[in-house]
Amino acid sequence: MGENGAGKSTLMKVLAGLYRPDGGHVEWRGVQADFASPHDALVAGIAMIHQELMPIPDLTVAENITLGAEPCGRFWQINRPAQRQRALELLKELEANIEPDRLMRTLTVAQTQVVEIAKALGRRADVILMDEPTAALSEQEVAALFRSIARLKARGVAIVYTTHKMDEVFKLADRISVLRDGRLVGTSPAPELNPAKLIQLMVGRELADIFPVRLPPTDEVLLEVSDLTREPAYRDISFRLHRGEVVALAGLMGAGRTEVVSAIYGLQPATSGEIRFKGHPLSLRGPQDALSAGIGMVTEDRKGLGLIPALGLGQNVTLTALREFCRGQMIDHKAEAVAIRSRVAEFTIKATSPSQPIAQLSGGNQQKALLARCLLGDPDLIILDEPTRGIDIGAKAEIYSAIQGLARSGKAVLLVSSELPEVLSLAHRIVVLRRGSVAATLDAATTDQETVLRHAMPL
Amino acid sequence: MPALDRHLLHRFGLLLVILAVGLGLSFVTDTFLSVANLTNVARQVSINGILAVGVTFVLLTAGVDLSLGSVVALSGVACATFAHPGDHTVFIPIAVGVLTGLACGLVNGVLVTRGGVAPFIVTLGMMTIARGLALIFSGGRPVANMSSELTSLAGDFLGVPIPVLCFASVAMAAWFFLRNFRLGRHIYAVGGNENAARAAGVPVERVKLFAYGLCGLLTGLAGVVLAARITTGQPNAGQAYELDAIAAVVIGGTSLAGGVGTITGTLLGVLLIGEINNGLDLMGVSSYFQAVIKGVIIVGAVWLDRRQSRS
Repeated sequence: MGENGAGKSTLMKVLAGLYRPDGGHVEWRGVQADFASPHDALVAGIAMIHQELMPIPDLTVAENITLGAEPCGRFWQINRPAQRQRALELLKELEANIEPDRLMRTLTVAQTQVVEIAKALGRRADVILMDEPTAALSEQEVAALFRSIARLKARGVAIVYTTHKMDEVFKLADRISVLRDGRLVGTSPAPELNPAKLIQLMVGRELADIFPVRLPPTDEVLLEVSDLTREPAYRDISFRLHRGEVVALAGLMGAGRTEVVSAIYGLQPATSGEIRFKGHPLSLRGPQDALSAGIGMVTEDRKGLGLIPALGLGQNVTLTALREFCRGQMIDHKAEAVAIRSRVAEFTIKATSPSQPIAQLSGGNQQKALLARCLLGDPDLIILDEPTRGIDIGAKAEIYSAIQGLARSGKAVLLVSSELPEVLSLAHRIVVLRRGSVAATLDAATTDQETVLRHAMPL
Repeated sequence: MPALDRHLLHRFGLLLVILAVGLGLSFVTDTFLSVANLTNVARQVSINGILAVGVTFVLLTAGVDLSLGSVVALSGVACATFAHPGDHTVFIPIAVGVLTGLACGLVNGVLVTRGGVAPFIVTLGMMTIARGLALIFSGGRPVANMSSELTSLAGDFLGVPIPVLCFASVAMAAWFFLRNFRLGRHIYAVGGNENAARAAGVPVERVKLFAYGLCGLLTGLAGVVLAARITTGQPNAGQAYELDAIAAVVIGGTSLAGGVGTITGTLLGVLLIGEINNGLDLMGVSSYFQAVIKGVIIVGAVWLDRRQSRS
C-alpha cells in the first residue's frame, strides 16, 4: 500500500526485471538474482500483472493470453486448438465468459484486464505481482479474481498485491507493507491493522472524512439528454443535469456508461436522440465542438485518450486551452508559464519541473494534470469518466473536493464511477444503467449501495 | 532527465561529432578548411536543408513524405517552363514552382487525413505520379533556356550564396514557428498521441494537412533553387533526395514515431551529412564507396543516439 508516487509500481517493476535497481539486490530461492529482462524473471517464476494494460489489440484473446508461451508442435508451428483450450481454461479459472477468438480491440477495458490477469496466471509462476489488478473490474469480476487468488494460495503461489482499495487489502492480505515517498514505512500482519491506522501510515497524517459536503443544486437545467441511442451500446437514454449538480452514471462494466458520456463529448456520436445544452440543441462533430460549447471531459483511458507522453507536464496541461495564452496565433510563453505554475500548485502535482515528460509522473499526478487540463478552459459541464481509477487516497480526496468545488461554483459534473461509496457520497442523483438502458434514477441521499447494485445487475 | 536537457545533450553531442569530423578532414585534406570550400559545403547542403526542414514537420506528426525528390523535379520543370527570357517577371516562375510543390503536398495531406490512407503509401504514390508528370510536361527532355534573372537565384547576395540565405531563413522561420505558434505545439501533440490530441480538442486533420502542405511548399522552393542552379528544369532531377532529407532529420534526433524533434537538430543533421559528402569528395573516395560509408554513418549515428537516450 502507499500513495501515488510512493514507489509501489517502480518496486514491482524492479522485481519483474523491467527496471534495474541502482543498489541492493533481490534474493530468489536463497540466491542473489539479477533479472536483466522481464523474460529472465518469468523463466525464474515471477509474473506480473501491470497497472497499465498492455494488450496487443489485433491479436485474439487466446493469442494474447499465450503470448510468449504458445503451445507449439514439432515444427515450431503454433498448436491452435491447444492454444484455444489453454485460454479457455485460464478464463474459466477467472469465471470469465470471454470468447477466445475475439480480437482484443473489441473488448471492454474490464474484459481486457481479465485477459491480462489470465495471461499472468498462465505463466505457472511461483510469485505473481499484481499492480492494481481490479482497477477496471466490476464487483462480480473482483469476486471471481479473489476466489482465484485463494486457489493460487492453496497451491503455494505467493502473491504481492498492490491496491488503493481498503476493503480488498483486508480481505486478501496476510501481511501489509506500506511505502511512503519511496521508503518502506513498515510491515505488519494484516490483523494488527485497521483502515484508519493504515491511512495514517500511508499519508503520515490523520485523514478525516474525505468526502466534502454537498450543497443542493439549482433549478437551472444545463444539460438535457433525450432518447440518446447508439445500438448496440445504449438506447433511449434520457436524463437532465442542473447547474450546481453532480449526477453519477452507475452500472456494471459494459453497461454503456463510457459510451454515453463519449457521445455527449462528441468522441463517438450517438445515432439518434437529442442533446440540449444551455437550452440549445447540440450537434457535435467532435470534441472540439463540445469544448467550444462549454463541455470538458477527462477520459477513462488515460494512456490512449489522455496523455501526450513526450510533451512536458506543463504543455499537457495547457493543450486544450492553449488559445487563452495566445496573442493571435502565437503563444505567450510567460502567461503560459504563470498558468502552469498556479495549476501545478493548486492541484499539488508532484514533478521535478513543468517540463518533465508527463509519462514519467505517477498515475495520480497524471490524473490531476488531466483534470487541470480539462478545467483550464473553464467548461460549464465537466464529464469525469472513472476519475479516481488506480489512484491513491490522497489524490482521490483532492479530486473529490475539486468536484464539489465545481458544483458549488454553479457548474455541473457528470460522473462515471465504478466505486459505489464514491458515487453515493459525491452525486446528488444517480442514473443507473443496465445493458445500455436506464434502469433507475435514484436520489443519492435516500439510497444505498445495495439498491444501486440491484438496479445495475442484469435480471 | 527532463526532455529539455536530453535534447541539449543530444545537440551538443552532434555538434561535437560535426566539429570532430571537420577537424579530421582539415588534417586529411588541405582544402577542407578554406572559405571557398566551406561556402561550397553551405551551398551544397541548402537544397537538402530546405527539404529536411519541410519533412521535419511531417515526421513530427508521425507521418512520412517519400515524394520529395520527385516533387523537386516536377516543381523545377514547372518553374523552368515559365522562366524563358522575356516571358514573365521572375516572380511568376518562382510562384509556379513553389505552388506546384504546395499542390502536391496538399494532395498528400488530403489523402492522408480524409482518405485515411497510410502516409507511406500516399507519398509513395505521389513519388511516381510527380515523376511521371515531370516527364510528361517536359516531354522527357530538360527544359532549358531559362532567364538570367531566375538563374541568378543561384548566385550570391552580399557575398553569401542565395540558396544558403533561403535555407537559413526557412530554418529560422520554422524554428520560430514550432516554438511560438499554437499550431507548432499542436504538431507535437498530434505526433505524440493522435487520439489524445483529438480528445483534447486539437484539430488533428487540419494540423496534418498543414504539415504536408508546408512540406510540399518547401519542396517546391527547393525545386526552384535547384532549377536555378542547374539552369534547367530536369525531369530526372532529385532522385532519392527524400532519403538524404529524412536521414538528416532522424540524425538530428527527430523520432520517426512522431512527437519528438527540433529544427536545431535537423540543421545539425543536414550539416553532418553535407560535411561527410564533401569530405569524401575531397578525399577522392569513389562514389560507390561513398554510398556505403554514408549508409553506415546514418545507421551508426541513430543507433548511438538511441542507445544514449535509453540509458
